[in-house]
Amino acid sequence: MPGQPIVFIILAVIAVATALGTIISRNAIYSALLLVFNFATIAVLYLVLGAPFIALSQITVYAGSIMVLFLFVIMLLGAERLPMSDQLRWQPWVAIPLGLILAGEFAYNIFRWTAEAAAVAQPPANFGAPQAIGEMLFTRFVLPFEVTGVILLTATIGAIFLARSEKLSPGQEIRRTRAVSSAAPAGAPSGDEKRVPAEEHEEAIKAK
Amino acid sequence: MVPASYYLALSAVLFVIGILGVLLRRNALVLFMSLELMFNAGNLAFVTFARMFGNLEGQLIVFFVMAVAAAEVAVGLALIVAIFRSRQSIDLDELHNMKG
Repeated sequence: MPGQPIVFIILAVIAVATALGTIISRNAIYSALLLVFNFATIAVLYLVLGAPFIALSQITVYAGSIMVLFLFVIMLLGAERLPMSDQLRWQPWVAIPLGLILAGEFAYNIFRWTAEAAAVAQPPANFGAPQAIGEMLFTRFVLPFEVTGVILLTATIGAIFLARSEKLSPGQEIRRTRAVSSAAPAGAPSGDEKRVPAEEHEEAIKAK
Repeated sequence: MVPASYYLALSAVLFVIGILGVLLRRNALVLFMSLELMFNAGNLAFVTFARMFGNLEGQLIVFFVMAVAAAEVAVGLALIVAIFRSRQSIDLDELHNMKG
């Protein structure tokens, strides 16, 4: 049943329609929600293709965390409705033909090189099961797995560094005001009051 | 059974839609979403190839791609937030004076 053409056709239509809606929609929130729909549809396609672990990773990582991050940022910036920009009017006339050329190349190569491997064969029973994936992940691919951890840590630190506020935190402000007040004389906090005794001093020197 | 080339064709269509999104939209957030769309199209092709050749390594590559995509989104969205704070806009056409 899962490999029936009707299932594929329905899922493919939904995936393409939601993808088009993502790039067409003017409201960034609608784009994000359509993209979540698209990710869920592709997760079902992964299930049909015999990849249950990847399908559920797709739901949790993409639809669960990445898109929540997107929605957080959209709502944080209040940037859900942006006016269309009028600059670069010539761009669609170049981008759409180039996209069609790329699609033509894809079509030519796909149907040229995969014509012999026509039907998707029935996989072995444990194909794509979490146990099989985990065994490969922690034996042959353990170094890429560790590198992935380092990449995620670096990205976390980088994101915190980039998104931190430019304003001083309260602790830094206290330290800075203490430094300023200890450098300046205690009775003369502002510049004007400081200048007045100095001028008086100069006038006193001239008078002498 | 559905031929494998259909899955690859769907992946190609999604990839082209993602490319068009990057080329046509000027909103940095939508551009990032188009990037995710392209990641997904590539992942779908990888899973299809894993199924075609009965080789599990394709699925592992998809796993790594997901991890790197998560890192990329975290850094990219932090950059967008930083740019929005300094310019009050995430329209990419208004960032042209960053070049040079």
